[in-house]
Amino acid sequence: MSAFRNILAAASTLVLLTCAATGVQAADPLKIGLMEDVSGDLAFMGMPKLHGSQLAVEEINKTGGILGRQIELIHLDPQGDNARYQEFTRRLLNRDKVDVLIGGITSASREAVRPIVNRTKTPYFYTNQYEGGVCDANMISMGAVPEQQFSTLIPWMVEKFGKKVYVVAADYNFGQISAEWNRKILKDLGGTVVGEEFIPLGVSQFAQTIQNIQKAKPDWILTINVGAAQDSFFEQAAAAKLNLPMGSSIKVMLGFEHKRFAPPALNNMHVTANWFEEIDTPEANAFKKRWHAKFPDEIYINDMGYNAYHAIYMYKMLVEQAKSTHLDDLRKVIATGKACIDAAEGQVCIDPKSQHTSHRMRLVSVGPKHEISVDKDYGTIQPYWLSEIGCDLTKKNDKDQYTPSHLPKK
Amino acid sequence: MLPELFSLFYQFADVFAFLILASAGLAIVFGMMGVINMAHGEFIMCGAYVTVGLVNLGVPLPLAQIAAAFTAGLIGVVIEILVVRKFYKRPLDSLLATWGLSLIVTQGMLIVVGSSIRGIGTPEGSFAVGDYTFSTYRIILFACALAVLVGIYILFMRTRFGVIARATMQNAGMAQALGARTGRIYAISFGIGAGLAGLCGALYAPTMTLIPTMGATFIVESFVTVVVGGANVLLGTAPAAMLLALVRMALNASYGQIIGQIGMLFAVIAIIRILPEGLSSILARRGR
Repeated sequence: MSAFRNILAAASTLVLLTCAATGVQAADPLKIGLMEDVSGDLAFMGMPKLHGSQLAVEEINKTGGILGRQIELIHLDPQGDNARYQEFTRRLLNRDKVDVLIGGITSASREAVRPIVNRTKTPYFYTNQYEGGVCDANMISMGAVPEQQFSTLIPWMVEKFGKKVYVVAADYNFGQISAEWNRKILKDLGGTVVGEEFIPLGVSQFAQTIQNIQKAKPDWILTINVGAAQDSFFEQAAAAKLNLPMGSSIKVMLGFEHKRFAPPALNNMHVTANWFEEIDTPEANAFKKRWHAKFPDEIYINDMGYNAYHAIYMYKMLVEQAKSTHLDDLRKVIATGKACIDAAEGQVCIDPKSQHTSHRMRLVSVGPKHEISVDKDYGTIQPYWLSEIGCDLTKKNDKDQYTPSHLPKK
Repeated sequence: MLPELFSLFYQFADVFAFLILASAGLAIVFGMMGVINMAHGEFIMCGAYVTVGLVNLGVPLPLAQIAAAFTAGLIGVVIEILVVRKFYKRPLDSLLATWGLSLIVTQGMLIVVGSSIRGIGTPEGSFAVGDYTFSTYRIILFACALAVLVGIYILFMRTRFGVIARATMQNAGMAQALGARTGRIYAISFGIGAGLAGLCGALYAPTMTLIPTMGATFIVESFVTVVVGGANVLLGTAPAAMLLALVRMALNASYGQIIGQIGMLFAVIAIIRILPEGLSSILARRGR
C-alpha cells in the first residue's frame, strides 16, 4: 500500500515538475549541485562552505547571472556519510541534471564521488585543500595542495625548530598520504620522523598519544588530525603542558581551532594557507564585509568556505569565456592557461595540466592569546607537482590519484 | 623506572575513568531497567553544554558541573514520564523512540545553538614525574569515577530507596502490591541515569571539542562496557571497565590507538561469546 502511495506521489511530483518546466519561457536557470555537510561531526566546518556558496550565488544572480541565466543552487546535506555522498551525487546528476557539481569535505568523500562523476560529462569542483595528486579531467581543484602547503611549511619548521618530527594524523587517505608527503620532504631535508601515530576518526582521548610524544622527544609535531573529536588533542596536550611547536596544513584556517578552544591550547601552531580570516588587505576586508553582512553569526570564514565562494566565480568565468556549460568547452578555456579570477587573496589561475589552482601562500603562527601573525609571505605558488611527475590532462585523462609512492607509469 | 610505572597507572586510570563515567548512567538505565537508551550521548552533551554555558555566565566550574548533572537528571525524569514510560514492555520500540529523541536533540541544538561553541579550557594545571608531564585534571576525573561507583553502591545497597528500587526492577508487580510507588521509582532511576550521563559530559566538557554530536564519541565505549558488564551495575560495569581499560591501555601503549581500539572490541566479542550474560553473571554467582 505504502509502496503504491510512494509511486503515486513520485509520479504526481514528476507531472508537476514537467508542467513547471514547460511553463518557463525565459532562459532556464543554470543548476549548481552542492554537497556540503551542515549536520553531523563536520558541520562546524561545512557551514561556512554552504554560506560561501549561497553568497556567491546571490551576488551573481543580482548582477545578471551567468550568460544571462539565473543560478539555481541545489544543496544536499550528506551529513559526513560517504554512502550518502554517492547517493546524492547520482541524484544530482541523474534526476536534477545539474550543470556542475561542487562539494565534499573529506578526501574520503571526494574519492567516493569521483568515480560516479567520471562516467558523465559534468564538471566537478572540489573546494578543499587536500593531500594532492588527483589527475582527473572531470575534477577542478580549488584548494591548496602539498607543494603549496608542505613544501613551504616543513622546511620552515625544520629550520626554526629542528629536524625531529612527531606526526599525529587521522587514519584515512588524507592523513596517510599527508604523512607520506612529510616523510618525503623531511628526508630531502635530512630530518627524521621520530614517531607517527594514526588515529581512528571519532577518537577523542589522547593521554597515551601525549605520553608517546614526550617519550619520543621531537622538536615539533605535525598535527594532521581531523574532525571535532580528534581536535580535543589540543586541549588535552595543553593541559598536560606538552608545550611543543606544532605545524599543520589544516588547523586554524580550516578548523578555526583558535576560535573554538580557550587560549593557549593552540599556542605555537604554524600553518601555511592561501586564506585565513585574519588576512588584512583591502580585497580581503571587502570580501569579509560582504560575508558578515549576510551571515552576521559566522564564527570564522574558513579557507574551504572561501574556496567554495570562489569556485562559483571560477565556474562563472569559465562558462562565460567558453560561452557553453559543456565540460569539453570549459576545459578548452583551462587549456589556454588563462583561466584566472581575482580572488580575495589575489589572482588565482587553473593550471591546464593538473586542473589545480595557483595560490598565494602565507605562513601564519598562533600566539599564546591565540593572536595570528603572518611570519612569511611566499607569493604565488603554482601547483607544480602533478605536471612534474607526468600528469597532463590536456593530453591524457588518468582518472587516478598519485602519491609520492604511487607515480604514473612511464 | 618510577616514571614509567606511574605513566602506566595514569594511562590505566585515564581509560578506566572514561569508561566508568561514560557508562555509569547507561548501566543503570539499561542494566537495571532494561531500557536501551539511545539518547544517552545527548544527555552527555546536555551536561557539557550546560556546564560551559554556566561557566560563561561566571559560575565557578565545580558548581556549574554539579548544576549540569542535576539539569540532565531533571530532563531525564521529564523524558521518562513523557516518552520512556510508554515503552517498558516494548524494548525495541523504546530503542527507536530514544534514537528519534537523540536525532531531534542533536539537530535541534545545531539549529538553536550553532555548529560549535567555544571551550572553557582545562583547569588545575599539570605536574611532572620524571620526563613526563601530566594533566592534574585527569587525576580528578579518575577520582570522580571512583566516587561515582561508591555513590551508586551506597545509593542502591545502603538506602531505603535502593532496596525499593531493586525490588521494583526484580518484580514490579510484587513491589507495587507491597506498596512501592513503582512509577516514581522508574522516573527517579531514569533521572539518576540521565544525571550520571550529564555528569560525564560536565566533567569532560573542559577537555573536549564542543559540538552537538559530541555525545557520539562516548557511545561505543559506554555500550561495550555495559554489555560486557551485564545486568549488575556494581558487579558488572566496574570490573568490565577495569578489564577493558587494561586491554586498551596495554595495546595503546605498545601499538598505538588503532590497535588499542580494535583490540578492545575483540576483547568484547570474546567475552560476550564466553559469557553471554556479561561478567556480572559469574561474579554474582560467586557472591552467593
